Amino acid sequence: MPLLKNGTVTADPWHDGTAGLIVTLEQWRAQRDTLLARNVPLGLRLAPSDDVETVGDDARRFALIAIDFPAFTDGRPYSSARLLRERYGYDGELRATGQVLRDQLSFMQRCGFDAFEIANPNAAQDFAAAVGEISVVYQPAGDREPTIAASAHRAA
Amino acid sequence: MTTQVVSANRLDNGRVVYLAPSGQWIGALSEAEVAHDATAAESLLHRAATAIIDRLIVGPYLISVTAATGRPQAERLREQIRATGPTVAPAHHDRAA
Amino acid sequence: MVAIYHYDDADRTLVRERVAQFRDQVDRRLSGALTEEEFRPLRLMNGLYLQLHAYMLRVAIPYGTVSADQMRVLAAIARRYDRDYGHFTTRQNIQFNWIKLEETPDLLHDLAQVDMHAIQTSGNVIRNVTADHYAGAAADELDDSRIYAEIIRQWSTLHPEFSFLPRKFKIAVTASATDRAALKVHDIGVRLHERDGAPGFEVMVGGGQGRTPMIAKTIRDFLPEHDLLSYLEAILRVYNRQGRRDNKYKARIKILVHDLGAAAFAAKVEAEWAEIKDGPLGLPEAEVARIRHHFQPPAFRDLDAPNSLHVAKARIDPAFARWLRINTHAHKQPGYAIVDVSLKPVGGIPGDATADQMDALADIAAQYSFDEIRVTHTQNLVLPHVEEGALHAVWQALGRHGLATPNVGLASDIISCPGMDYCSLATARSIPIAQAISTRLADLDAQEDLGVLGIKISGCINACGHHHVGHIGILGLEKNGQEYYQLTLGGDPGADASLGEVIGKSFSAGGIVDAVEKITVAYRALRTPGEAFIDAYRRLGPAPFKETLYAAA
Repeated sequence: MPLLKNGTVTADPWHDGTAGLIVTLEQWRAQRDTLLARNVPLGLRLAPSDDVETVGDDARRFALIAIDFPAFTDGRPYSSARLLRERYGYDGELRATGQVLRDQLSFMQRCGFDAFEIANPNAAQDFAAAVGEISVVYQPAGDREPTIAASAHRAA
Repeated sequence: MTTQVVSANRLDNGRVVYLAPSGQWIGALSEAEVAHDATAAESLLHRAATAIIDRLIVGPYLISVTAATGRPQAERLREQIRATGPTVAPAHHDRAA
Repeated sequence: MVAIYHYDDADRTLVRERVAQFRDQVDRRLSGALTEEEFRPLRLMNGLYLQLHAYMLRVAIPYGTVSADQMRVLAAIARRYDRDYGHFTTRQNIQFNWIKLEETPDLLHDLAQVDMHAIQTSGNVIRNVTADHYAGAAADELDDSRIYAEIIRQWSTLHPEFSFLPRKFKIAVTASATDRAALKVHDIGVRLHERDGAPGFEVMVGGGQGRTPMIAKTIRDFLPEHDLLSYLEAILRVYNRQGRRDNKYKARIKILVHDLGAAAFAAKVEAEWAEIKDGPLGLPEAEVARIRHHFQPPAFRDLDAPNSLHVAKARIDPAFARWLRINTHAHKQPGYAIVDVSLKPVGGIPGDATADQMDALADIAAQYSFDEIRVTHTQNLVLPHVEEGALHAVWQALGRHGLATPNVGLASDIISCPGMDYCSLATARSIPIAQAISTRLADLDAQEDLGVLGIKISGCINACGHHHVGHIGILGLEKNGQEYYQLTLGGDPGADASLGEVIGKSFSAGGIVDAVEKITVAYRALRTPGEAFIDAYRRLGPAPFKETLYAAA
């Protein structure tokens, strides 16, 4: 599966295990101390139903967090992403996996996703087009873009 | 086994269409191809699936018709309304006063 | 300047970019790059449905406020892209019934020229925000509820976190003791009130109609103005994460609130809110002031002496007098009135307006109502700011276009969904039933004698015709190829909201009209002097009405 990161298609260093070890939330909760003691970079794979509160501030211990979209209509990962970015201070790679479609990319990016497993040969062009389609935002989100209201007050 | 025709909406303009013996998707239910058995109905759906791929139609399904006169007519009210339009006249036809 | 929200460059940029984005999505659908399954949620987020006969486009009219110029564009759209008419809906929007997918981007482009769009009029998103249709004009309001509705509209527009909710989400706002926006049958109802001179909100959650109707529960009595958006975001986040996604019939927030219990749901919201209330969603006074600036009252004339011209004319013209009594409403500004424009002519299609009528209304609004028109959730229109001295001229002008039926709030002012004549979800027709009832009960003296009576008709269990909150509610169903109609009594959408009760076995299309008439006859016989239908029903219960309908006949 191609990986889109920073707007370009790159090799996925986690794919063959060279970048580190990916665990599920269940594994993390059961073996947290053992995993930390191994002293290798860790990735976390989350399902939409996983409570990110149970990761909490431990989020910062991961180099990768991947959240699955089992269907593109499942909106829970958007909330998970914002909580990780805005509440738990996660600033590592936040990856969208599963049914990741072009027309959801800008919503995902706004919520804090910065890497996308996307089954499309034109992923890079798609991404550039998709995130450029709407250039103004009304509400604060994980991307910390200035809102229309904030700009209006700054201009006033 | 009821007699059936396959109906759908055109992708580009949404209008109600039926598959005709010619293979065309047409607006007149009375000209639609009638399937008299399950095999023929299956064949209609199969041809509709091709029309989806060709981006002609969306949402094809079989409707029950009576074809006593040789011309299919929809059995259910919903399909009668799809075939002939709303049963109520829009405002400008009845609000001249 | 007309008191609507005036787009600035950024607002306009968003709508124009959205049109371009949708044009590209339509191109990709027509070229096959997008499947119907992928495209469907994208078109729904732009209000485009595939209905029985064609595509249907629902255009957003935020909180029901539309300017004369905007109304002219709606008329032009009806002519260019549709069949010369449109249908005003129970969510203060307008629908066009005969739209072509390939023309939709051009239509949206035309709308964008007057700062209109179809964003979030469908789909599992926060829908177009509704408000009191008399906002900014009503004598009994505390403030203009559109200010807060607009603030919510902006926050909810293309909200990245809440664009794939479990199900659709409807928010309504009022700022008056009288609930004219049916707050308690919304996913969230927000009511502005004051405590110690400071504005704040009662927040109600989990109301709704559909197959499981529920009355909203208050989870906050008083939310300070500053916290409006952060609190809404907390509610939406709890719902987005915990609302059911396994069954679309149990996916609305009302089910989550009901299953958890209002107190437990409120606790979850409060816990989430505690985390974000001091964050960037705080609503500074300066931002409220920025939005308020758009809703400055129009330049009313200072009419210190009441204008009695209309009173004198009413004395000599009983038809005008009747229209004055029924279709006008007290205005906050001395010397002005609110005019209700009925879209319910006897035997007509509730909520339909022709392009010519839309143009006529635009002209009347431009001349007499500071360019402003409102759409009501009861599928009528409103001229919010008419000088009393001009009422007779307005009545005559409306009458020339079939828009002065003096029946607003009365029995023939029927709410009806499009039903099986247009809607692909419907199980029965609604419009012909509305037409037959309004024809049967057409007598104006008799209607006025009946008083306030809300008859509401839905053509399927989804309840777009609000039958659950009809004083008389009618639900159209189908069995063995026959349409039949279930009758409910005692619903009401107001501050003291209640859901109607099924009264007994169902009726045929003809039988339901007879049944409604029998109910009105029974009510007349049973009421105490001055007692409204809903009050009589609440006092008497269903028994005497059942007796009337089902007594051995």
